[in-house]
Amino acid sequence: MSHSLPFAREAPLAFRGPALWWSGLLAASAWALAAFVTHHFPDQSEIVEWTQTGHIAVAQGAIAVTFLVLAVTAPLIPPLWRRIQGLGPWFVALGLFFATWQAVTAKFSLLPMPFFVPPQQLVEVYLDDWARLGESVLASLWLLARGYVLGSAVGFAVGIGLGWSPRFGYWAHPVMRLVGPLPATAWLPLAFFLFPSSASASTFLIALATGFPVAVLTWSGVASVNPDFYDVARTLGAKPRFLVLKVAIPAALPHVFVGLFMGLGASFAVLVVAEMLGVRSGLGWYLSWAQGWAAYGNMYAALLVMALMCSGLITLLFQARDRLLSWQKGVVKW
Amino acid sequence: MVNAATLDRSLLSAPLAPGAALDVRGVSHHYQLKGAPLPVLDNVSLTAAPGEFVALLGPSGCGKSTLLRLVAGLEPPTQGELSVDGAPITGPDPSRVVVFQDPTLYPWRTVWRNAALGLEARGLLRSQRSRVDAALELVGLNGFADAYPHQLSGGMAQRAALARALVNEPRLLILDEPLGKLDSLTRIAMQGELVRLWQREGFTTLLVTHDVEEALLLATRVVVFSPRPARITAEIPVDLAYPRHRDDARLVKLRREVLALLGVGDATV
Repeated sequence: MSHSLPFAREAPLAFRGPALWWSGLLAASAWALAAFVTHHFPDQSEIVEWTQTGHIAVAQGAIAVTFLVLAVTAPLIPPLWRRIQGLGPWFVALGLFFATWQAVTAKFSLLPMPFFVPPQQLVEVYLDDWARLGESVLASLWLLARGYVLGSAVGFAVGIGLGWSPRFGYWAHPVMRLVGPLPATAWLPLAFFLFPSSASASTFLIALATGFPVAVLTWSGVASVNPDFYDVARTLGAKPRFLVLKVAIPAALPHVFVGLFMGLGASFAVLVVAEMLGVRSGLGWYLSWAQGWAAYGNMYAALLVMALMCSGLITLLFQARDRLLSWQKGVVKW
Repeated sequence: MVNAATLDRSLLSAPLAPGAALDVRGVSHHYQLKGAPLPVLDNVSLTAAPGEFVALLGPSGCGKSTLLRLVAGLEPPTQGELSVDGAPITGPDPSRVVVFQDPTLYPWRTVWRNAALGLEARGLLRSQRSRVDAALELVGLNGFADAYPHQLSGGMAQRAALARALVNEPRLLILDEPLGKLDSLTRIAMQGELVRLWQREGFTTLLVTHDVEEALLLATRVVVFSPRPARITAEIPVDLAYPRHRDDARLVKLRREVLALLGVGDATV
């Protein structure tokens, strides 16, 4: 994700920052506090012995030192300064967050213990179980990709058909009105029963969840094309094929991308539910497996990975859109 | 870039495509509005000789633009016949190109790719790319080939729309109030450019406008329409040499006559 704060970008005249980056200094103190809390107070653990506490304290101390150095040097280096000057408050808040997190979990047990885990346990999960987590990410991505690509392709085709051909609309519209709004997860019990494998059932469900918003928005995109665009092309000798491929589709693309975005969100939801209930792999499966073992650290670890994965995919989609729709003005930055 | 002097005729109109002859005979047209027919054209007959510049003048919303849509072949008339060079008009054809009041450029295409639209639609783009460059040069937009429509001013956008039409070497250029939304200075400049283009390329021109002065400045003949449903109330030949000046006494006199025909002859401010 790119941190493009508008104000940071619109200050090109300030070639040099101030003498000292004050919020950087504050961030250094916050991270020093986190390191101190982590190092100074003993872990209050009766069940497990955390092995990474010391490493975390060192890492937080190193971050504090880095901010200290940056507080003095960053204002002197314009490209670096432009990147980080607006982020100071976030750096401070993160340091305070880690200090507090450490305090209320491992150090003073203010939060009920097995359910809320300290950072050191999360780190341990990543160190011990990275192979299984990695496999789960790959399994989730592969399932998601199959369902999403299939659903988007079919949804797009149906949307173009609905927007372009009255005869297609005559048959497809009522079916879509009835079936589309049904949450894809409602098909779950039936799908696992009807399909030969849980993988094909889940692919179908993800495709269904993706396809509906893509179809509706592609349709509305085609329907809202300025009719003069067709007149122009027709007077210049365009045939129907040209009107669809070179006029209707490009004109509808902004809508299509909204549909793809909504479909992606819906596909995440179905992916996780399908993996929790039927598929025996993937991050959803990992979550319910961790729940079975009351391995709360693993659950948080998987949740974080899942958040990064979903956010990363949406970022990718937005980047593809920015590339394809660079002619549009005023698009939202993700 | 291509030299302007070497390109004017050789690239855009070789072999020279002279203007088409237009014949509109007894055309009436109506639209369906809430189930009831709304008559917009009432028994209109009109001819244009090859290379003529005919202005269709009338109050806003009288149905002039509908007549242009029929000539362009975008719709068939309810009644009557339209033909070009003796052949009936049955549909759109790239030899009859329309420039609309809005430039209607495709926002996802650069100026160059917008101008190339007609050639691309007919599968000629690969072999005739130079025609696009030539047309952009002709309207003075060759420096903006890679710009997107949202980066253009109103006048530049309309020039681009003009280039998109000219690429197709039209024999009949149909102009539907193309200067209607431009600011007055741009408008004056583009009126001059239109006349020069028409003189140079030799196409027949049909211009719809509700600006009396514009009609008299540009056209060889002005056809005056009544309010809807449009009927022809007068045809006024404008027998003045180009370039014309808007303060020419004969033009001012014609202007007063036409305004009287339109029912605002005595209007003063």
